[in-house]
Amino acid sequence: MAASARTLTSGSTPDRRRPLGQRIGRAILPVYTGLVVIYLFLPILVMAVFGFNDIEGRFNFTWQGFTLDHWQNLFSRYPALNQSLINSLVVGIISTVVATTFGTLIGLALTRYEFRGRGPLNMLIFLPIATPEIVLGASLLALFVSAGVSRDLTTITLAHIMFNISFVVVTVRARIAGFDRAIEEAAMDLGADEWTTFRKVTFPLIFPGILAAALLAFALSIDDFVITQFTAGQTTTFPLWVYGASRIGVPPQVNVMGTLIFLIALVGIVIWLLLQRRTMSASPTTNEH
Amino acid sequence: MPGWLRRHRGIIPYLFLVPGGLWLILFFVVPLITTASVALQEGSLGTGYRLTFNFGIFVEAIQSWDTQLVRSLQFGLIVTLLTMLIGYPMAYTIAFRGGRYKNILLLFVIMPFFTSFIIRTISWKFILADQGFLLGTLKDIGILEPSFRLLATPVAVISGITYNFLPFVVLPLYVALERIDPRLIEAANDLYASRHQAFLRVTLPLSIPGVFAASLLSFIPAVGDYLNAELLGSRNETMIGNVIQRLYLVNNDYPQASALSLILMLGILVSVFAYRRILRGQELTV
Repeated sequence: MAASARTLTSGSTPDRRRPLGQRIGRAILPVYTGLVVIYLFLPILVMAVFGFNDIEGRFNFTWQGFTLDHWQNLFSRYPALNQSLINSLVVGIISTVVATTFGTLIGLALTRYEFRGRGPLNMLIFLPIATPEIVLGASLLALFVSAGVSRDLTTITLAHIMFNISFVVVTVRARIAGFDRAIEEAAMDLGADEWTTFRKVTFPLIFPGILAAALLAFALSIDDFVITQFTAGQTTTFPLWVYGASRIGVPPQVNVMGTLIFLIALVGIVIWLLLQRRTMSASPTTNEH
Repeated sequence: MPGWLRRHRGIIPYLFLVPGGLWLILFFVVPLITTASVALQEGSLGTGYRLTFNFGIFVEAIQSWDTQLVRSLQFGLIVTLLTMLIGYPMAYTIAFRGGRYKNILLLFVIMPFFTSFIIRTISWKFILADQGFLLGTLKDIGILEPSFRLLATPVAVISGITYNFLPFVVLPLYVALERIDPRLIEAANDLYASRHQAFLRVTLPLSIPGVFAASLLSFIPAVGDYLNAELLGSRNETMIGNVIQRLYLVNNDYPQASALSLILMLGILVSVFAYRRILRGQELTV
């Protein structure tokens, strides 16, 4: 890149007036970013395409031709796969609700109140995030084995709530920290009591943060493999089923489910972005970040 | 609010902390203590365990699995470096050149999370296969030797882990870069800094907190990872995670496995704090 002396206005010079070398220089970063995006998408694309592969059994390795069969018999070929998906959803929903509630309460305490023991508490929240998943899973296994607890859907859920709490606290706290206390004081000045202020002012303002935390918790739970493998016993969740299947060949129905989950998540997030844009343009005076 | 609560307002924050705090103590702290006590026990599933304070087990574990420990550390460092090299320019582009495409680019970054981590890794196994569409085609054209392979090599394992944790790196880097006041960079330009100088002396130092967060988010899970080594590697790429997983779930050698997971956790914590020291020092001297 040219390191020549540059004036302040160079940022606004139209591209066609620049020398060729500089135009190429400016194109490097966007082109590079595009390549990384392709890299990020490659395995997802492969997954989606091979959900349409016309094969008989589970050896989904070479392209045999196009078919919609696997989309049609998605839920009828492997009942155990359906059960594992249901298990994942159950664990995901319960652990999200519990972890979001507990995490939000901690987030509120940390940002609104003065109390002793913040240091140890912050450590307690930071450590599970800084610990490799395998250590979290393995130590839970050690606990369950020593205590003689049999491992099933309940132990998986207990574990998922644990690792989700920290992520919820961090997400919610970031949201509450950037929030103007004066709005609450105004509500109290106008005669609202504490509970009404919380219900009508505080909660609606921090709700986007709580929702983001819940979405993160659900995504982490649904996708978790490592901690689940250690706490599952004989129970299977969706990632565990796929892992087990990968030894003998992953059936194309898994590709189809992966594609469906991807599309549902994509549609969800696009709707969420559109809604956010609408609320932001509807109330241009609030300081949203 | 009931009267007694009004009289003891200091109690409220603790009430908020109790459920989540207890949960973390019960299912994070207690299991770690259990792990430590299991590590110090001797015996087997059949004969039962006795607490013998056998601290030698830590030395024994390090000696038996030193290859895997060193390899995990190496892979973790290489992956962190690679994710940083790939992720920093991307985060920079989104933050400073994204314009109205910022949100859509960020969406692209997190989109891999919408597909299961394990499905993506299996996809890579498929893409990198010896006769897959990538290597197979290159071999047919004659660019690669027929015996060339990526699967079951360190390259496959490292690139698999790099892929998995790249989004974790881009997001905090983006947040740190986005926060930088563009007027600071303009000021550097006004003072006749070249673009390189402005980047090296202003943008980069200001993004150090993001670099710190990002490298941890890649290093910690990378060191502990075992799925990539299992699915993309061979016996020559096993990492410490594979050993712990096998000792716990296959061999049922709980004391040895517990000792190893404590070593892994302590090793990571020590490096995190040392690393924070180094970066802090850096910030002051630049």
